[in-house]
Amino acid sequence: MAESVGLKARRAGRLSGVDAFLWLVRVVALVAVAWGSYKSISSGRLTAAQWRGLIVAGVSQGAVYALVALGYTMVYGVLRFINFAHGEVFMAGSMMGFFVADGLSGTAMWTSLPYVALLIALLAAMATSTSISLVLERVAYRPLRGLPRLVPFITAVGASFFLQYAFAGLFGADSKAYPPVEALKGGFTIAGFRFGKVQVLVIVATIVMMIGLYLFVERTKAGRAIRAVSEDQEMASLMGINVDRSIALVFAVGGAMAGAGGLLYGLTFGQVDFLSGFTVGIKAFTASVLGGIGNPVGAMVGGLVLGLIESLGPSLVLFGLGVPSAHQLQDVVAFLALVMILIFRPTGILGERLAEERA
Amino acid sequence: MVALLDITGLGKSFGGVRAIDGLDLHVDKGEIVSVIGPNGAGKTTLFNLITGLIPTDEGKVEFEGVDILGLPPSAILERGIARTFQNVRLFPEMTVRENVMVAQHCRTKAGVLAAIFRTPAFRREEEQIRRKAEDTLGFFGNRLVGYRFDQLAMALSYANRRRLEIARAMASDPKTVLLDEPTAGMNPRETQELTELIGKLRDERGYTILVIEHDMRVVKGVSDRVVALDYGRKIAEGTYDEVAHDERVIEAYLGRKEAAG
Amino acid sequence: MAEAVQTDLREELLPAREVDLRRSVRVGLLGGLTAVFISAVGMVQSFDEAGLVVGPLSFGDLLLLAVPFVFGVLAGHPPPVLKGFAEPTSGARNVIAGGVAGLLTGVVIGVFVALVDTFDVRDIFTRISPELLDILTYGQTLAVGILIGLVADVILGLAGGASQLLGERWRRPLFWALLVVVMLGVLEALVSQILRGARLGRVQDALYAPTGELRLPSAIAIGLGLFGLGLWLRDQPRAVRQRIGAMEGERRRLVTAGALVALVAVLGILPWVLGPFLTEVLNIAGIFLLMALGLNIVVGLAGLLDLGYVAFFAVGAYTTAVLTSPASQAFSPELSFWVALPLVILAAVAAGLLVGTPVLRMRGDYLAIVTLGFGEIARILFLSDALKPTFGGAQGILKIPDIAIGPIEFRGPELFFYAILAFALLAGYMVYALQDSRIGRAWMAMREDESVAEAMGVNTVAAKLWAFVIGAMLASFGGALFAVKVGSVFPSSFNVIVSFTVLIIIIIGGMASIPGVIVGALILVALPELLREFQEFRFLLYGALLIVMMLRRPEGLIPSRRRARELHEEEVVQDAWLRAQAAEASATASGE
Repeated sequence: MAESVGLKARRAGRLSGVDAFLWLVRVVALVAVAWGSYKSISSGRLTAAQWRGLIVAGVSQGAVYALVALGYTMVYGVLRFINFAHGEVFMAGSMMGFFVADGLSGTAMWTSLPYVALLIALLAAMATSTSISLVLERVAYRPLRGLPRLVPFITAVGASFFLQYAFAGLFGADSKAYPPVEALKGGFTIAGFRFGKVQVLVIVATIVMMIGLYLFVERTKAGRAIRAVSEDQEMASLMGINVDRSIALVFAVGGAMAGAGGLLYGLTFGQVDFLSGFTVGIKAFTASVLGGIGNPVGAMVGGLVLGLIESLGPSLVLFGLGVPSAHQLQDVVAFLALVMILIFRPTGILGERLAEERA
Repeated sequence: MVALLDITGLGKSFGGVRAIDGLDLHVDKGEIVSVIGPNGAGKTTLFNLITGLIPTDEGKVEFEGVDILGLPPSAILERGIARTFQNVRLFPEMTVRENVMVAQHCRTKAGVLAAIFRTPAFRREEEQIRRKAEDTLGFFGNRLVGYRFDQLAMALSYANRRRLEIARAMASDPKTVLLDEPTAGMNPRETQELTELIGKLRDERGYTILVIEHDMRVVKGVSDRVVALDYGRKIAEGTYDEVAHDERVIEAYLGRKEAAG
Repeated sequence: MAEAVQTDLREELLPAREVDLRRSVRVGLLGGLTAVFISAVGMVQSFDEAGLVVGPLSFGDLLLLAVPFVFGVLAGHPPPVLKGFAEPTSGARNVIAGGVAGLLTGVVIGVFVALVDTFDVRDIFTRISPELLDILTYGQTLAVGILIGLVADVILGLAGGASQLLGERWRRPLFWALLVVVMLGVLEALVSQILRGARLGRVQDALYAPTGELRLPSAIAIGLGLFGLGLWLRDQPRAVRQRIGAMEGERRRLVTAGALVALVAVLGILPWVLGPFLTEVLNIAGIFLLMALGLNIVVGLAGLLDLGYVAFFAVGAYTTAVLTSPASQAFSPELSFWVALPLVILAAVAAGLLVGTPVLRMRGDYLAIVTLGFGEIARILFLSDALKPTFGGAQGILKIPDIAIGPIEFRGPELFFYAILAFALLAGYMVYALQDSRIGRAWMAMREDESVAEAMGVNTVAAKLWAFVIGAMLASFGGALFAVKVGSVFPSSFNVIVSFTVLIIIIIGGMASIPGVIVGALILVALPELLREFQEFRFLLYGALLIVMMLRRPEGLIPSRRRARELHEEEVVQDAWLRAQAAEASATASGE
């Protein structure tokens, strides 16, 4: 009897050293966050208004991440595959948005009907991203369906770099500065929170698109088909669903969302270059994992959370811990969030909406 | 005779489904016991529980008198229980010989530094591992030797892959071998050959063998004892003739056929 | 009756003319798009500035004309056919298919040229300039230029299609001969240098005009000569390998040893023959080779797709810098390189464990992205103000001293070559030793099927950590050498592109194949350094190459020795074995 108890205790097995290390990491992280936050807030370096400003910035940034994250999460839902080149799909939309905006900025429309002009730019951006996303699927991914997962992944890595440097070659490696929009200057204050007009636009646009996507996935036939393919590809095809078309549709919708995100990103940050897709891509992927990959609502939640973490992290935690020039480490905070979530809760906040892989 | 493998009151649920329910099974040293039952009866689950691939809910599994529940699969292999898989799980991009060499991992110890510095101990061990792998493969006659040693496992025919699976199980010097549907997909000649091979495994190597099988000719030709399962419970036990004519067993198979039809 | 059925079937399976046309059109359009793309991206113009062969056609023109030829080849490639069901397409069809593709390529290019001439798109497409237009119209007026292009493209398309008619026997030597001639033209600097170094200046003059372009007669002569050589030699390499394979132990060891000695001798005098510039190129390639060997273990053997490998490279470089340079601020022990090396190894081990531990339970693609994140974190940290006191922030650390053994300083590319060579040989040996060992097999098993490997007693935790640690160590050697070679470290050198380059070397070179990795490093690192025109399009081409590789051959260009062994030796050994069996059988038969 005593022996079997000992054996049960051995159930932890040889991983106990690693588990202990991971527990240590958890504890250190929690202590660091708590301590840093306490010191930052009590130091009074930032006023309440400034904190609120950071929160708004985080939400707005997070909205962009959420839009791009949708592409990752939906593609993962149907193919269990991370579209590494999705960041470049985003970048392409942002670039196209720039060219259209830049082209229109000289015209009368820009000053008299700015929102129409922006809409045109938005549609152009979305169209571009959608096209590139579809081409990627057709040329680089579809032929590799069914192969071990790493093969299309490596292809995606290749596609990502190819697109980056293709854009650099075609359009130049310099930063493209979005033309200023008079109508988007200034902002309002709601409930003590100051919102820049751009930020409002971003948040509203994102919400509208999310609702549109939700309706599409839940209410339309095509959306139902996509859900069926996510659950069980073979069964779906046996039921007469054109799997290829559904998958292509997923890439198209994901691309469209990313394109919109690209335009909004350009408006928010004022500029875009061929490398913008790389960082935004990783962060958007982090957002989709944070929320629970495969789950479109999760993408929204994850985007929001990541935006806030990124915006508040340096000032809230790092500053309090005595890290100089904490704002430089904004990306580090985001990447650490990625690492943490994948170690400790890979199913995300809302949990994967998919059955977990069996060995 | 002391029971080599002693299973009492084994139970396992998956969600709401009771995969194994109150199972008792005792296997004596040197026996060949077949486990039969319709699809979904829990046979492979039984193997998975014994070898520690999945955790048990309740019950006791004793091997050579020692409780092995809760041990990781590698520890169970070390203690002497080896297995093959229903869907052959070889290492496809490794050669035939390498597949069998890897199986000896738990019995060997040369580490990274020894490998880099090619110490005499390392070289001796490598030579041993290599020779043992080739000997083990020789058990199957001419089928897996000679130029086949260096063939990639994925290049083998289906029947040869199944044989390689068994060779791999043998390489770890087990006391007991669990064979999961070893003749699935084989033609009659290959099946006959394998039936004889199973007997040889016990006679020449002294293994105690547990076999999951659907092909009754194999069961008949090989078993000392047969155990029939249905819905995770033991419904019959005895010699082949006893079990084959047992009403409950026949009903279990027929009942399943009705449900399927 | 039967014959009628047969013809019907043939028509059904191969509705000959239409299928070919549609496919050729598609291929041609793709070719046109490719040509437009390489023009818009600036390749044609950049290449134009380099000369290839003395003559009316510039390198840019040749590049442009290569497109319809290549796509003609693709179009002319006969579609797979079931033997006995239909006849393979006749020769004329191949040629026509190629011609059609060429025509469409020309049409697309023509449309493009016309559009560019009418609209000024320089604001958007920065590389579309009047110079490009000039190249595309072969220096003629618009209409004439387009027409010339069309005709040329059709002809080349036809030629491409026709090349499919030549059997494999002819095509291979032709391809290699063309490739070598192009390489001779493109690598003029390298070849001239070698010829001068070997006192063959006359040969150099015969080959090249003073402008650096190949002389046309020499080019043709060499091309034909190589083609002939290729035809004659076609089966020799295989035969030689078979003979070596069939050799018994002692003789084979002698041959292998002899080859190794020869190789070492060549390497020994190489830097002096090549001169400082070319040796420098080899040095850079050597550092990447070192890293590729390390990543080979992590990705190729253990199957852990590490996309943040540059982090270990950076750790090695920065540790060396901090420990050896007098300019490092926070603390500068100013150790010698060799004293610092064990500490570099220690830092690498720590980094390997730090990266390896969190990813132990992660699946392949998640592991890749997390390691990518780690790579970026490392870069940002080394760049940050927060760590500036130690790592110098954006200014980096300067004045890293050279490696010295006693009084000999390894200054200058030639001497440094030996340092890199030493480390590379060490790394190569380690990969070789680990591959064929218990841990090597454990890694491979883990790569193929982790749970079954676990079930066999492989401690996957330890195995993964060992892989990361050894990979980190080799990368850190690369970093240390890099730091010493450049004499300083700046955070901008340690970005994701480095990780990507090393990854593509091992994928193109074939994972778990040492010769493959060497060739990969030479092609992907050394070659671009020699071709300035190529430099700016490097990553574009790498990305495209990676995609193409995965679509066609996921295992790599040069199959690893084990697979080659399986393919070739197998037949030799199999024959021998069968003969032995037969002899045995007849012996027992006659004995009875």
